[in-house]
Amino acid sequence: MANTERTPGVVAGRLAAEALAENFGDLNTPFDGHEALVAADRCYFCYDAPCITACPTSIDIPLFIRQIQAGQPESAAKTIFDQNILGGMCARVCPTETLCEEACVREAAEGKPVEIGRLQRFATDAVMAAGVHPYDRAPETGKKVAIVGAGPAGLSCAHRLAMNGHKVVMFEARSKPGGLNEYGIATYKTVDDFAQAEVDWLLQIGGIEMVYDHKLGAGDLTLDALTEKYDAVFLAVGLSGVNALRAEGEDHAHVRDAVDFISELRQAANKSTVPVGRDVVVIGGGMTAVDAAVQSKLLGAEHVTMVYRRPWDRMSASEHELHLATSKGVRIITGAAPTRLTGGEVVTGIEFAYTEDGPNGLAQTGETFTLKADQVLKAIGQHLDGAPGVLDLDGGKIAVTGPGRTSQTGIWAGGDCATGGDDLTVTAVAEGRDAADDIHATLMG
Amino acid sequence: MADLTSDFIGIKSPNPFWLASAPPTDKEYNVRRAFEAGWGGVVWKTLGEAGPPIVNVNGPRYGVVYGADRRVLGINNIELITDRPLEVNLEEITRVKKDFPDRAMIVSIMVPCEEQAWKDILPRVEDTGCDGIELNFGCPHGMSERGMGSAVGQVPEYIQMVAEWCKTHTSLPVIVKLTPNITDIRYPARAAKVGGADAVSLINTVSSITSVNLDTMSPEPSIDGKGSHGGFCGPAVKPIALNMVAEIARDPETAGLPISGIGGVTTWRDAAEFLALGASNVQVCTAAMVYGFGIIKELTAGLSAWMDEKGYASVAEVSGRAVPNVTDWQYLNLNYVTKARIDQDACIKCGRCYAACEDTSHQAISMSPERVFEVIDAECVACNLCVDVCPVEGCITMEELAPGAVNERTGQPVSSDYGNWTTHPNNPATRAAE
Ligand SMILES: Cc1cc2nc3c(=O)[nH]c(=O)nc-3n(C[C@H](O)[C@H](O)[C@H](O)COP(=O)(O)OP(=O)(O)OC[C@H]3O[C@@H](n4cnc5c(N)ncnc54)[C@H](O)[C@@H]3O)c2cc1C
Ligand SMILES: Cc1cc2nc3c(=O)[nH]c(=O)nc-3n(C[C@H](O)[C@H](O)[C@H](O)COP(=O)(O)O)c2cc1C
Ligand code: SF4
Repeated sequence: MANTERTPGVVAGRLAAEALAENFGDLNTPFDGHEALVAADRCYFCYDAPCITACPTSIDIPLFIRQIQAGQPESAAKTIFDQNILGGMCARVCPTETLCEEACVREAAEGKPVEIGRLQRFATDAVMAAGVHPYDRAPETGKKVAIVGAGPAGLSCAHRLAMNGHKVVMFEARSKPGGLNEYGIATYKTVDDFAQAEVDWLLQIGGIEMVYDHKLGAGDLTLDALTEKYDAVFLAVGLSGVNALRAEGEDHAHVRDAVDFISELRQAANKSTVPVGRDVVVIGGGMTAVDAAVQSKLLGAEHVTMVYRRPWDRMSASEHELHLATSKGVRIITGAAPTRLTGGEVVTGIEFAYTEDGPNGLAQTGETFTLKADQVLKAIGQHLDGAPGVLDLDGGKIAVTGPGRTSQTGIWAGGDCATGGDDLTVTAVAEGRDAADDIHATLMG
Repeated sequence: MADLTSDFIGIKSPNPFWLASAPPTDKEYNVRRAFEAGWGGVVWKTLGEAGPPIVNVNGPRYGVVYGADRRVLGINNIELITDRPLEVNLEEITRVKKDFPDRAMIVSIMVPCEEQAWKDILPRVEDTGCDGIELNFGCPHGMSERGMGSAVGQVPEYIQMVAEWCKTHTSLPVIVKLTPNITDIRYPARAAKVGGADAVSLINTVSSITSVNLDTMSPEPSIDGKGSHGGFCGPAVKPIALNMVAEIARDPETAGLPISGIGGVTTWRDAAEFLALGASNVQVCTAAMVYGFGIIKELTAGLSAWMDEKGYASVAEVSGRAVPNVTDWQYLNLNYVTKARIDQDACIKCGRCYAACEDTSHQAISMSPERVFEVIDAECVACNLCVDVCPVEGCITMEELAPGAVNERTGQPVSSDYGNWTTHPNNPATRAAE
C-alpha cells in the first residue's frame, strides 16, 4: 500500500504526485501584462525613494517601475541588472517585506506596498525568456582573477569583472553552480530550474571559465597557489559548516542538518523520492528552519513543529515567512531549548526545557516537555568552514573593510563568508559587485 | 427629495439627463432600453438627407486614451452621422415617442447648407411627434469636408442663416449644437441667438489624433494603414466644455440663452458642475458608450442626494449658481494670500511635493535627512502644485493668511482690501492713467 501522512517512520511518497506538484509549484504566481501595469501604476515615483535605500543593491526602483508603465519591461530589466545581475533570483527570494516593500510609502499610507518584488520578476523574466543578455564584454585587459565559490556573491563578482574585460576562473567545490540558489532556497521560490537557467544566462557575458568539483583547501588548490597565478582572488565560499546542537542523543538516526535535507529535496527531480518523517521537529528560528519545516509539511509529514529557544520576536525569519509556515500547518513553539533526544537506533522524541532571559543571558527554567519525533532537523545556524589561516577573522567570518578587502592585499571576500550585511542573496550580490568594482579599480590603477 | 424634472425651452423630461446624439441613440432598440433604464431624453443620432444612406468605414472607428487600469479617459471617433435610411429612423422615432410621451425626444439633423434641403426634411421630422430639433454643426470629420457639420459651425454667418431657415420652416424648438473647434466660442453662440435659435448645446467632439502606431506609422484607428483625424470626447474634454459653457453663460450678448451642457459628463458631479456654470440640462455620450445605460441610476440618485444635502429644490435653482464667480483674471483679488501647509501626521514621506516644487521653479519645500518635508513660507508663491501632486488627500492644504499677517515672501503685511490687476501699481495701464 502507498504511504500516507500517517505512515510511521521516515518514508518517501506520502503524497500523490499531483499533490506534490501543487505543493512545490510557484509560491507567487507571476504577473501577466495587465496585472503588471495595474501594479506599476501604484508607484508614486517618490523623490529620492526610500525603497532604493532599502535595497542592498540600490536598484533604481521607481525608474524601473516607470519603464514597466511605459510599456518597456526590457528596459526595466536593464535598470535592475545594472545594479543586480541576479535580479531575477532576488525578485523571487528577497524578503521584500523587510527590504524595499517595507520602505514603500504606500506601506506607511495604507499597509499595502507597491509589489516591487513581483514587478521586478515581471521585468527580469521578460528579458530572460527572450534569451537576451543585454551586456557586452569590454576588450580583454589581460588580467586574471580567481573566484572561489559560485554562489550569488561569486557569480555577481564574476559577471562584473568579465564585463570589464578581465579573465575570470571560478573554482566551485560542488558539481553545479549557484551556491544556495541551487541547494538552499526553498523549492517553491525558484521553480523550473531557474537557478541553473539564470547562471547560464549570466555566463553569456563570456570570459568566465567554470571549474567544478574543485575545493579550496583540498588537493593542490590553495590560496597561495591562487595568489601566485592570478592578479586578484575573490573568496565567496559561503557558510558550509553547520552548527551542532550539543544535546544528548544527537547521533541517533534521522537526526540531520536541515540544510542537507533541503539540498537533497532541491536536487530531487521527483519529490516523491524524498523521505520525510511523520512527526518532524525542526530546531531553529531562521529562514532555514522555516524552509525545512514548510517543505517537510509539503512533502506530507503529518505533524511539523518548529522550536526556537528564544522569544518569538527574536526569530530571524520574517513575520511574512512565519506566517507562511503557520498557514501551511507548521506549529511554532518559542522559548524552549532542546536538552535530550530519545530513542534507540532511531530517534523517537526530543525533550525541551523552557527558557527565560536572565541576568546571565538565556537560562532554562527547569520545566521540560517532550515532543514525539521520528525526524529531527537541525537549523541552528551555519558557520564558515576551513577559512584560510592567513586571513583575519571577525566573529567567525572573514574580516573585510570597505568593498570586501581582506587583511591580505590582493584577496577580497564577500557574501555570507565575510563580515558585513545580512546573510541574504541580495547582500551577497551587492558585495560581489562592489568587490569587482574595487578589484577592477585596483588592477587598472 | 429634490425635484429633478427638467423644463428645457419648454421640453419636459423627468430628469435633466439626455443621451447625446451618437451611437447609443441610433435606433429604436437602444432608445427604448435607455428610456426603460431611466434616461430623461435622447437626442436621436444625427439624420441626413433622404436618398442613399451615409457610408461608414468598415474598419475600426475609435481611438482611446487610457488612465490607470485601462480606465477610458477619452475616445476619438471617425464615425459619420446615421448610416440608416431616413425613413427607417423617422418611423422608429415616431413609435418610441408615442410609447414614451413623458421623455424628451430631440432629433439631430445635418443636411447641406441649402435652404431647400432644410425645407424638405423639417416637416418630415416634425411629423414624428418629436419635441425639438438639434442642428449638428459640430462633426469635425467626414461631413465637414462636404461642407456640413463643423464646416458650418466654424462660420457664424452660416449658423445664423441655417438657424433662421429652421425657425422659418418649423415650429419646433431649435437647439444649435456647437463645435469646440473654433477660437472663441462666443461668436457662434451669438450667431445662433441672432438667428433665433432657442438654445445651444455644447460641445461636440474636439478634432484629434489619439495615438500613432509606432510599428506601422499609422494614426489610430488605422484603416488599412492610414488614419484620419477624428473627434475626441469623454472625461478628458470636460474642462474644455466647462469653460465654453461658462463663456456663453456670462457673455452679456448671450446671457439667458439656454444651454445644454455636453462633454465628459460621467458622474452626477460632472453634471452638477455643468449646471452650476450655466447649463440647464446635460447630455451624455461617452459614459453611456463605455459603461452602458445603467449609469443613469447613479447620475439621478447622485444629483438628487447632493441637491438635498445643499437644499436645492429644483434643477433650475442650481443652474447658473457659479456663473457670477467666473471672472476675468484681471479681476482676481491679488491681496488674497495663502501658503501651503503640510500635515506631518498624514505625510507618508514620498517627497513628491518636494520634487514638484524644487523642479517647478519655487524651491519652497525643504527636505531633511529624515525625510521631513516643510514649506518655506519665504519662498512659497502659493501655486498649490504640491497639493495637486500629493497622493494623500488633505495632507497638504492651502491656508489663507489673515489680513495684517506678514507674507514672508514679500515682507509685506496682507491687506484686507480687495485689490486687482486693474489697480495694481505694476500695471502700465494704471500708471498711464495717473
Ligand atoms: C535554507 C536556506 C534558505 C535561504 N533562503 C533565502 C531566501 O529566501 N532569501 C534570501 O535572500 N536568502 C536566503 N538564504 C540565504 C542566502 O542563500 C545566502 O545568503 C546566499 O546564498 C549567500 O551567497 P554566497 O555566495 O555568499 O554563498 P553560497 O550561496 O553559500 O555559495 C557559496 C559557494 O561556495 C562553494 N564553496 C564553499 N566552500 C568552498 C571551497 N572551499 N572551495 C570552493 N567552493 C566552495 C559552495 O559550494 C557554494 O557554491 C537562505 C539560506 C539557506 C541556507
Ligand atoms: C461615436 C460617436 C458618434 C457621434 N456622432 C454624433 C452625431 O452623429 N451627431 C452629433 O451631434 N454628435 C455626435 N457625437 C458627439 C456626441 O454627441 C457628444 O457631443 C460628444 O461625444 C461629447 O460628449 P461626451 O463627452 O459625453 O461623449 C458623436 C460622438 C461619438 C463618440
Ligand atoms: S504651493 Fe507651490 S510654491 Fe508653495 S510650497 Fe506648494 S508647490 Fe511650492
